[in-house]
Amino acid sequence: MTAPAQAAPRKAGPLDLFIAFAAMGMVGFGGVMPWARWILVDKRAWFTEVEFLNLLALSNFLPGGNVVNIAVLVGARQSGLPGAVAALLGLVAPPALIVTAIGGLYQVYGQLPVVQSTIDAVAAAAAGLIVAMGLRLAYPLRSSPRALAVMAAVLLASLVLRMPLVWMLLLILPASLLAARMARR
Amino acid sequence: MERPLVLLVLQVLFLSCVAVGGFVTTLPELHRFVVETHRWMTDDRFVTLFALAQAAPGPNMIVVTLIGWEIAGAAGAALATAAACLPTLVIAYTASQFWTRYNQVEWYRIFERAVAPIAVGLVLTTGVLLTGSAAKSWTSYVITAATAAFLLLTRRSPMIPLAVAAVLGAAHLV
Repeated sequence: MTAPAQAAPRKAGPLDLFIAFAAMGMVGFGGVMPWARWILVDKRAWFTEVEFLNLLALSNFLPGGNVVNIAVLVGARQSGLPGAVAALLGLVAPPALIVTAIGGLYQVYGQLPVVQSTIDAVAAAAAGLIVAMGLRLAYPLRSSPRALAVMAAVLLASLVLRMPLVWMLLLILPASLLAARMARR
Repeated sequence: MERPLVLLVLQVLFLSCVAVGGFVTTLPELHRFVVETHRWMTDDRFVTLFALAQAAPGPNMIVVTLIGWEIAGAAGAALATAAACLPTLVIAYTASQFWTRYNQVEWYRIFERAVAPIAVGLVLTTGVLLTGSAAKSWTSYVITAATAAFLLLTRRSPMIPLAVAAVLGAAHLV
């Protein structure tokens, strides 16, 4: 039961969690996060707006996908380890099955010219989604010379020097931590 | 004889441990591993799988499901997906046990500010890499640029440019 009027009683069982996150995964074409906020805050009232923002900050801080982290954090908070597993399975398993089915169809029909030209066009658009995401994330950093320098170093290391990720993190992360410690912005 | 599935699972386990700022940031490394180092699939195939994953619902980490499937069938899909999830489950579950207001802690704020530009740089790298790999002709660049512009200038669903691109592609207009 959800009771938006009261703040305290908000416990969801593993099954509730599975269903809520499965719904998020299934509707979340091209981005699950807006749906996560809507379902967790508005629809189910498991969290307040402020709690959701803290959740979001923590999920950005932890490695791995944001929404995947949110599933585990929410599940664990509502229902312990079974809740965390249920929420994660709900988020990942149905889309994984769907995407595999699409992959299977592609293997059968992928040779058709019409399928190939469709996929080529969608691939170009999908690249554009990531470009836009990068630019949108970069925009708030524009006033910080420190952040821009670190970003430029990452682009140089990965695109020009083709440096493996581990080396890059080992070299750039300590420098970035030091700079973030000293700089005000 | 090398064991592609074992190597892939180990690599995905490792990558999801270091995926600062989301799984997308590990795609350049995954691309290098799968396409350049081991030659399990062509560059073209990698981009196709990414496009299929983007066009499907769900979190964008499910591209590893398709990569696993391509390399080792159903077992590959299941194990690659599990490998991408397991470190997140362990790390985030552990963090939830210490659920305090992290953002009040000084070192957390410093770490956040240090990691943000690295994550953004990696996302931009992924964008450049995918743009280059997806480019079949000059019209591919037009689609990529138009999609990016659409998302930056409006707050509409990302499904709109994907659907428009699919229709244009199906009609052989690009």
